[in-house]
Amino acid sequence: MKPQNHPDDIQSLSYEQAFAELEAIVAGLEANQKSLDEALVLFERGQALAAHCAALLDRAELRIRQLGETSALTSENGEDD
Amino acid sequence: MKQLPLFQPPSITVADLTRYLRDLLEGDELLRDLWVQGEISNLSRPTSGHLYFTLKDSSAALRCVVWRSTAARLRVTMQNGLAVEAHGSIGVYERDGQYQLYVDAVRPAGEGQLFQEFMRLKARLEAEGLFDEERKRPVPARPQRIGIVTSPTGAALQDMLNTLRQRYPLAEVIVAPCAVQGDDAPLEIVAALMSLCRLAEPDVILLARGGGSLEDLWAFNDERVVRAIAASPVPVITGVGHETDFTLADFASDLRAPTPTGAAVLATPNRADLMVEVLGLQERLRDALTLHLNRRRQDLDFALHRLERASPLLRIRSERQRLDGLQERARRAVRQALALQRAHWQARVNRLQALSPAAILRRGFALVERPDGSLVRSAAQVQPGDAVDIRLWDGHVAARIEDRPPFKESSA
Repeated sequence: MKPQNHPDDIQSLSYEQAFAELEAIVAGLEANQKSLDEALVLFERGQALAAHCAALLDRAELRIRQLGETSALTSENGEDD
Repeated sequence: MKQLPLFQPPSITVADLTRYLRDLLEGDELLRDLWVQGEISNLSRPTSGHLYFTLKDSSAALRCVVWRSTAARLRVTMQNGLAVEAHGSIGVYERDGQYQLYVDAVRPAGEGQLFQEFMRLKARLEAEGLFDEERKRPVPARPQRIGIVTSPTGAALQDMLNTLRQRYPLAEVIVAPCAVQGDDAPLEIVAALMSLCRLAEPDVILLARGGGSLEDLWAFNDERVVRAIAASPVPVITGVGHETDFTLADFASDLRAPTPTGAAVLATPNRADLMVEVLGLQERLRDALTLHLNRRRQDLDFALHRLERASPLLRIRSERQRLDGLQERARRAVRQALALQRAHWQARVNRLQALSPAAILRRGFALVERPDGSLVRSAAQVQPGDAVDIRLWDGHVAARIEDRPPFKESSA
């Protein structure tokens, strides 16, 4: 896990990505192999990731689309029928 | 009962006979649990709520009774002329001497045959290994893309979408609409499954339909549908009909849910659980940092301790202490020297004081002065009758010379 210095990139992470990185950071921090500087950077990033995950859970809206509405599928359906 | 030869055979009562027949009929295994097919006639529905009818075919008739409690649960709308299959047990109505079928379930005629077909197909596909447990794939714990194959207008779709919205709004849902009943349904379901996999690459597929009659659900027992599910590259969760409905699609799917809503639940984690998970990780994160910092602090304390023991400060401190001691000794020596000096000085002062005229007067000497204040140093300096002033240590007295014996004049 390579910590990045710009928390902006977290905003673009999906829940799964953010959660996976958070898990990795916690495990890394718990292994206690890091220098203090590294640990602090990891901690801050972990906090930001956790906040991002929580915000995603709070604010997410189910995205729904229908296959038949795309032109690609219309032709598919034509073949399959 | 053995008959005695001297008497006519004894008679038994109608009631005894009827009871005997009743025990005979009702004790028969076969007659306790059977399906009978025929056409409904003489249907009557008295206010008691029980149903009475005759089941007949071209050559025979059977009296049937449906108790009120059962009548309310019948899936088939009963009417004269309807061909049905009735399930129940044969019993005897003693008052009329009538045997009749006590019905506990009725299904449309032909369902029995459908069921036979269902069992045959199930056995065949089972033998092929299509339903084997080893074939079942795990469904992903956190699917990002969920495919739904169902009717676009059915309540099942809304149920599933509501459940997904509430539990796991992070997912993207792709609906592949299709007919879920009727002759076209099997092909449409297969096409929807295939299109979904090819075009949307979902992580999991929900194949669902709301409750209905056995015929309504029949598309989900179609061999083509079952094979398409088994062949799907993506795990399929089925939620067809109600809790008690099992279709062949259910057997072929990777996971079977009792209802469409149940399928949506099985496909997704719960948002609240996820929140707990995130909070748990956050706590572990904080704990890990605290531990980290504590260890660092401990290391630092230890290093400081060692540094202190090894440092020149200790020597400096002891040197300083020695210096303090020396300074103290020096101060003491100076004080003593001063005191000695003071004592010497005092002694000199004392001796000096002893030499002063006042001190001499104190010892009993007196000064004699003439009125002009000059000191009388020699007897020759005065004549009888001169007034003199005699100074003693504590004051003056005035005196007059009375006599002056002859004296030897000194050269002084």
